[in-house]
Amino acid sequence: MLSVVIFLPVVIGIVLATSRRLPAAIIRWVWVGTAGADLLLTLVLTVEPETGRTLRGEQRWEWMPGIGSSYHVGVDGISVPLILLTSIIFLVCALWSVRAIDRPRPQAALFLFLQSTCLGLFAAQDLILFFVFFDLSIVGMYFIIAGWGHGNHRQSALKFFLYTFLGSLALLLGFIGLYLGATPHTFDMVALSQAGAFTGTPLVAGLVLAAIVVGLAIKTPTFPFHSWLPPAHTDAPTIGSVVLASVLLKMGTYGFVRIAIPMLPDAWRSYAWVIVVLGLVSVLYGALVALAQTDVKRMIAFTSINHMGYVILAVGAAGIIGSDTAAAQQLAVTGAVTQMVSHGLITGALFLLAGVFYDRTGSYDLRQYGGLARPAPRFAGFFAVASFASLGLPGFSGFIAEFQIFTGSIGTTWWALFALPGILITAVLLLRAFQRIFTGPTENLSPGFADLRRHETIPLAILMGLSVIVGVFPGPLLALIQPAARIVVESLTP
Amino acid sequence: MDYTALLPEVVLLAAAVITLLAGSYLPRRRQILTRWFTLGALLTSASAALIPLGQPATEIFTRTYAIDTPTTVIRLLVPLSTAVVILIGRSEFSGTPRESETYALLLLATLGTVVVAGTTDLLVLMAGYLLASIPLYALIGLSRTARAAEATLKTYLMGALFGVLLLAGITLLTALGSSSSYPDLTRGLEHAPPAAIAAGFVAVIIGLLFKAGGVPGHFWIPDAAESSSPAIAAFLTTIPKLGALIALARLVPVAPSSIDLPLLIAVLAALSMTVGNLAALAQTNIRRLLGWSTVSQVGYLLMPVAVITTTPTASGALLTYLVLYALTNLTVFGTVACLPRRKNLTDWAGVARSHPWLTGTLIVGSLSLLGTPPTAVFAGKLLVFTATWSGGLAWLVIIAAANTVLSLVYYLRLLISPFQTPATIPDTPAAAQTPKSPSVMPVILGIAVIVAGPIALGIGLL
Repeated sequence: MLSVVIFLPVVIGIVLATSRRLPAAIIRWVWVGTAGADLLLTLVLTVEPETGRTLRGEQRWEWMPGIGSSYHVGVDGISVPLILLTSIIFLVCALWSVRAIDRPRPQAALFLFLQSTCLGLFAAQDLILFFVFFDLSIVGMYFIIAGWGHGNHRQSALKFFLYTFLGSLALLLGFIGLYLGATPHTFDMVALSQAGAFTGTPLVAGLVLAAIVVGLAIKTPTFPFHSWLPPAHTDAPTIGSVVLASVLLKMGTYGFVRIAIPMLPDAWRSYAWVIVVLGLVSVLYGALVALAQTDVKRMIAFTSINHMGYVILAVGAAGIIGSDTAAAQQLAVTGAVTQMVSHGLITGALFLLAGVFYDRTGSYDLRQYGGLARPAPRFAGFFAVASFASLGLPGFSGFIAEFQIFTGSIGTTWWALFALPGILITAVLLLRAFQRIFTGPTENLSPGFADLRRHETIPLAILMGLSVIVGVFPGPLLALIQPAARIVVESLTP
Repeated sequence: MDYTALLPEVVLLAAAVITLLAGSYLPRRRQILTRWFTLGALLTSASAALIPLGQPATEIFTRTYAIDTPTTVIRLLVPLSTAVVILIGRSEFSGTPRESETYALLLLATLGTVVVAGTTDLLVLMAGYLLASIPLYALIGLSRTARAAEATLKTYLMGALFGVLLLAGITLLTALGSSSSYPDLTRGLEHAPPAAIAAGFVAVIIGLLFKAGGVPGHFWIPDAAESSSPAIAAFLTTIPKLGALIALARLVPVAPSSIDLPLLIAVLAALSMTVGNLAALAQTNIRRLLGWSTVSQVGYLLMPVAVITTTPTASGALLTYLVLYALTNLTVFGTVACLPRRKNLTDWAGVARSHPWLTGTLIVGSLSLLGTPPTAVFAGKLLVFTATWSGGLAWLVIIAAANTVLSLVYYLRLLISPFQTPATIPDTPAAAQTPKSPSVMPVILGIAVIVAGPIALGIGLL
């Protein structure tokens, strides 16, 4: 079942890639249909009753017995929300592209391929399998940016590939370290997550953790490994940016919760303060640099660094153990996972909205717009809602996530207070951008700006609607995450 | 004496002689027969390699020739690779005035490679080395251009120099150990002066690195890859390496522990990958770029050799990497051979539109050389990195990882080149159109590259 969810998109993608004579309309709807069917299958998997085992939909086949690696997939409370998010985001991208005219066949095939790699990554329970999907997602994204981007897109795609590939190699070194550090040698994530699986000395554990953290931090990205992100986002096509921000960035933060913490708990505790500082710097740096941007897409890209910073802060704070901090740690981890989902939904919507600017006028420069609310009221409405959601207003998913992150993090270390100005700066910059673009006299590029069409409203409505649902009724999502978060925190307890 | 044990080698030798003789008597339009005969002989030789399968490893002919897993793998891999080369070069060889001679030379070089890999005796090693080298000079020169002549001369001079070095090393070691066969040598060298032993081993290793195409014996590779005909380029960047690396892996454990041979190999590995990658960065000619890329691949292949004495998995890792590397390298060269007129990276602009399947193969091949999962070489790299690390050479693994990132730059340039928009219409429509059949071969290979990695790992490291 889980394997069907993972591989259905790529199989359809291969069919699309090889059938040359299909008319474009059919291709687009096949894409939408596949993404929709995959989402339905994922939902079935989610509501499937618990079987008592920790992993749902678990499947395991021998693959490389010689080196202790198997095809092992399964999902738990941390991966299910991300798998759902992935399916939703790719469906939204398919819906957004029903009017796309630029090479729809290879585009659909590439996105379906990318969807499979993302789903596979979040379901993988074997480090080699994880790595395979990790690298393939880089390859897929590279071709999306290089093939459908604009501006200086080849350069940006190369930079993206170079950076994240470097990260993936650091990750591979870390994985080999984990493999050699466990007796018997194995790549199985479940086995490696068991207490005491890693038998190396603290020095080795520190080095292995360093390799893994560098690999994941590049992907996330956190300061100072972020410099690939702004150009990649700016030059990527709209739906490419959406997938990059909403799904691919989560691979980094997911790796922290799934691999770094449970497999190297002792080292994680020793170096938790480094992670906290990384998170704090990312939060503040992302917010401040975003404040200085005049390019809408670049601005949103930097707010992503800021939002991912909260996640890093939370996972770092979860590693700081005092007396009686278990509840706070758990809250931080739950908040981190919630933030991944929330950021996926909200930033996805923001990047779609940014894409509208480019589609209509070819310019992302917010100084060239003004009074846009008059010709494009629906656009203005969605932009306002998405901005409020992004700055963490109660009633949206972002509030639930950031509230938990701050309560949990401050509960373990008061250093987390330093991240609070980040929220303030983000609020200022989003509201300022909104004012600049939508209020005042209608001038420059604004006159004649066409409002959102139906194929644009529906995806946006899906994303914002889900953000509101999570914001108002967080119960089911939190109930899903909390048991898994408890296991993560337990693994940290010495 | 069990002469049937050498059946695969005998088949190759007999086929080479018969091809040469038959080629002299067959009329020009019947030369095609020699091609089919050669292909048949190569397949026969590969099948004969399966005979000792399942029997315990032995050393035959007064312990000068090993019949074990590495030999069996090489006996299978090398003739099959040569067969692929002949299929790649089908339009290139057939109908040329020297068709049958080409096949005879390919057979002899194949035989030489198998002998280099299988032998456990220094004198047989020398014979195999010459047998593998001399046909190469002629093969490079076959295309008869000024550049090919230069490449031939360069290869010949380098080959002569390194051959003399190898011979000197062999002489020294044989004199010191009063035997030339590895098992006796291990015992004989125990009390010899370490400095002299070290000199002997260094000379032998460097001589073998000429065959492997690794630093410092790499200078001929880029020139030969660029100026020989495409199929020959595929041959000489793939097949000689296979034999030489196995020979190195057999030789390293012979040295007494007083000599830190693994360290020397590790340093040479680091040098090979770094030099190969740095030089490849600046290339614009596609085959020259690939030539340098094979130099860097030798670096990765030397990593398991460096830990062959300490890590039990090193031998399996080396063999797996060799198989997967041969498959991938033949794929990439086979793809390039389909469009021989497009020499530079810029000439490949627009190929994505006119030849989508070839483009796909090129992408798969370059990603595999890079080591991206799930393609073939990724599996090899994973095993090699793991084996090297557990052999205590973590620094080498880090250098290799850094080098992989470095190599990304030129592999990406290679795989993106078909997507560029051509500045002008490259050549006449007739030249841009390639016949349909030759592109089938690389596409099949490309698919094999995707599935080979997981399968190779799946069957448990050979």
